[in-house]
Amino acid sequence: MTATASAAPARPADTPPPLPLPPKRRGVELGLLVGAVLISICGYLTVGAATGHALPAGAVTYGAGLAALALLAHLAVRLRAPYADPLLLPIAVLLNGLGLVLIFRLDLETPGDRAAPAQLVWSTVGVGLFTAVVVLLRDHRTLQRFAYPCAALALLLMVAPILFPAVNGAKIWIRVAGFSFQPGEFAKVLITVFFAAYLAANREVLADIGHAGWSGRLPPGRVLGPVVAIWLVSVGVLVLERDLGTSLLFFGIFVVLLYVATGRVGWLAVGLLLAAGGATAVATLEPHVHGRVTDWLHPFAGIAAGRGPGQLAQSLFAFAAGGLLGTGLGQGDSQLIGFAMKSDFVLATVGEELGLAGLTALFVLYALLVGCGFRAALGIREPFGGLLAVGLAALPAVQVFVIAGGVMGLIPLTGMAMPFLAQGGSSVVTNWIIVALLARISDRARAPEGAGERRDETAHHPVPEHSPPPEPRSAPESRP
Amino acid sequence: MTRCIRQTAALCALLLVALLVNAARVQLWEAGSYSANAANRRAALARYAQPRGPVLVAGRPVTGSRDSGGRLRYERTYTDGPLYAPVTGYASQLYGTSLLERAEDGILAGTDDRLATFPWWDRIIRGHRPPGSVATSIDPALQRAAFGALGRRKGAVVALEPRSGRILALASTPSYDPTALSGNGTSVAADWRRLTGAAHRPMLDRAVERAYPPGSVFKVVTAVAALESRTVTDIDAPTDTPDPYTLPGTATRLGNSVPGCRNASLRDAFRLSCNTVFARLGARIGLHTMAQVAERFGFNDRRLRIPFPVAASTFGTTMDASQVAQSAIGQFDTTATPLQMAMVASAVANGGILTPPYLVDAVTNARGTTLDTGPQRPARQVMSPAVAGQLQELMVDAVAHGSGRQAALDGATVGGKTGTAQHGVRNEGVPYAWFVSWARAEDSAEPSVAVAVVVEDASADRSDISGGSVAAPVARAVMAAALRRDGHTVPPSQ
Repeated sequence: MTATASAAPARPADTPPPLPLPPKRRGVELGLLVGAVLISICGYLTVGAATGHALPAGAVTYGAGLAALALLAHLAVRLRAPYADPLLLPIAVLLNGLGLVLIFRLDLETPGDRAAPAQLVWSTVGVGLFTAVVVLLRDHRTLQRFAYPCAALALLLMVAPILFPAVNGAKIWIRVAGFSFQPGEFAKVLITVFFAAYLAANREVLADIGHAGWSGRLPPGRVLGPVVAIWLVSVGVLVLERDLGTSLLFFGIFVVLLYVATGRVGWLAVGLLLAAGGATAVATLEPHVHGRVTDWLHPFAGIAAGRGPGQLAQSLFAFAAGGLLGTGLGQGDSQLIGFAMKSDFVLATVGEELGLAGLTALFVLYALLVGCGFRAALGIREPFGGLLAVGLAALPAVQVFVIAGGVMGLIPLTGMAMPFLAQGGSSVVTNWIIVALLARISDRARAPEGAGERRDETAHHPVPEHSPPPEPRSAPESRP
Repeated sequence: MTRCIRQTAALCALLLVALLVNAARVQLWEAGSYSANAANRRAALARYAQPRGPVLVAGRPVTGSRDSGGRLRYERTYTDGPLYAPVTGYASQLYGTSLLERAEDGILAGTDDRLATFPWWDRIIRGHRPPGSVATSIDPALQRAAFGALGRRKGAVVALEPRSGRILALASTPSYDPTALSGNGTSVAADWRRLTGAAHRPMLDRAVERAYPPGSVFKVVTAVAALESRTVTDIDAPTDTPDPYTLPGTATRLGNSVPGCRNASLRDAFRLSCNTVFARLGARIGLHTMAQVAERFGFNDRRLRIPFPVAASTFGTTMDASQVAQSAIGQFDTTATPLQMAMVASAVANGGILTPPYLVDAVTNARGTTLDTGPQRPARQVMSPAVAGQLQELMVDAVAHGSGRQAALDGATVGGKTGTAQHGVRNEGVPYAWFVSWARAEDSAEPSVAVAVVVEDASADRSDISGGSVAAPVARAVMAAALRRDGHTVPPSQ
């Protein structure tokens, strides 16, 4: 999944004026979209055939709906981001389509509690927002000006659930009028925007700290303040909301971006030490998190104690039942996991019914998505865009690792949504926004200098003062 | 920055590798142990996802399936539950399986590899295999005759086809309806508690799962040992036995319940069932030979499968002379299942050849292709044909002129031996009435059937209970049904 295979964007300075435009590859995207929609419909039909021995009633609606959404998003990209990475949208559509298939399949086990219709609505909202972002946000650098409002809004969203009652041990939900939101999901994007803007502005100062080592010369509070604040917020979220996953995610993204911005391994080491210290302290002190760690170390302890298999044990059983090729969609027994089988544990259904082969394919899809983000980051020629792309690519990467590793016993389980796959409106919508932003940045990265009207517009958005001018790529000879 | 982005991407690649390696660990390496974990319900879910294959009696299913619509979906039903319960056993969602349901579970549940045309391909595509069927050797007429004759008494009947070893009837009373144990309902648990807690133990398959003291019917084995070891060479010669007989090395004096046993010949002693004669014979034959002959018939064999396991019948192997003498008349540590005693009668009737008994004629897949026929285990000569002939003579005499008169059938040669086994502390329990026999139509060279009957407590009046009056009529009814089955005319029972 390394992004090194990316086609190097044209270097306009070296190119003579009669510029052969780089391929936009919108046709490729359309072809891949058709494939993604067809695969999803096939999955839907397979579930119907395997469980009811008949075509599911809503197959036509579902297929047409998904195709219409894909077409809408494709048109938005074609018109407004013609140079966007052609892999992004098809992967998102395929993942979302597969997610709908999985939730539809799991709904069959819980006839009284259908989640697929709501998920379809949320997916529509997500694609709508994707379209809106692609159409309305002409240049991602506009976001740089809203760095601090973004941070404020993110903090507000993260603190809000503390006022609401805990659900299943974690205070991450807001319930209003029958709808529930996970504001932390939206906060992820906002905070990533803030990180990117803040680090793009202060990377020299922070890099100097790294240079100076720890000689006692403290950087100005304006620079160091946000770093401390982020660490405090991470710990605060962890302790007050008992949400280890989100806390780890924020912290991880911040450390990664800090490293990318400054190039100082010292920051990485400090970040890892702080994270390890915090996690160890919380794992020992906080009973909820401590229980998760115990479960991870002894997933079958419940069976030996006569309490029956716990959720993690059931999840492992599901993966084991899948074996190499899986039982086939609709023919597994992942409903045995019970609670959260459509959200946190949705991957277990993939593992059981599609097997190691299907699971690998799914991981590769995520890897491609993340790879697209890194490719955009490498292609863009200014630090904010690069950092934003890295952050937005790292979000799903860390998320997939934390939840997939959690449900498969690789790391302690923390509640987190599998991007696009898991039930949960906030998550789906957020992921569509992430993909939209990546599409925007990749369009910017791949577009030839001066192509289209966007060049003119960017001229009206001067970069904020403390951000350095777009640097020339420091080592063009190092590019493949 | 480029270098750092690349390194971050590489870190993400590393995370992907970690996930994939872990996925392979869970789904390939650990898969077997996870799937075999007792707390993993997948095996049970798959097992009940399709109707269970039928058990056939005379070509017709005696089992069925009911769609409960629940998670463990298909529940077993039995068309003649109590009649065939000693054969089929039960198949329950809550309590597993027993008897034939357990022994042939792979075929009936569809998990047996023989049901798949290409097992390896089947495993890859995880195609479900339609379960096969199990055809039993039970003959419904004999089975009904056995149950009818036992009636409300507590006991068991086994009928064998001597030439083939096929089990024609396997009855145990009181019986129960295994349908009550199918499914997941609360009534199942209640019925389970009721059946397992009942004093008369209806779920005990007395024909194969319980070894009783055989009493006098064991004298057939002692007679075989006496003739085989040439301790007795002439069945009509006096045996020089006192009455009462003092057990060797003890002061215990053993008597007889009938007169005429002093110096009786083997023929008379067999007909009259003289304890003194057979106890003394046992002591003279000796432990080694007695045990060897008993073991040839199948005593002390814990591996007998028909195809479900049968309780071991026992004959002591470390005893002093007085204990051997008691064992020779079916007391002391000697025990025998009704099946074991039917095997003894079968070997006598079959010219000394014992064909191991078996309950399954054929196992077929859903398309009707035969996958397996009954066992091909070799028959074995357990006594010489001459000794078998002498034993047949003794047994015919015992029915014609002795204690087994009530087993006689017109138009057939019937040989038999009665037994009344005492048990309990100081023998005060209600004795077990035994009868072992075989029948051969007069116009046939081949025996039709060998039967063993045990009745636990037909009457509280000890003097009234005996193999001759209680168990012999039951054997007679079953033998009559067997002769009719073979096309011989038999008058209706008296």
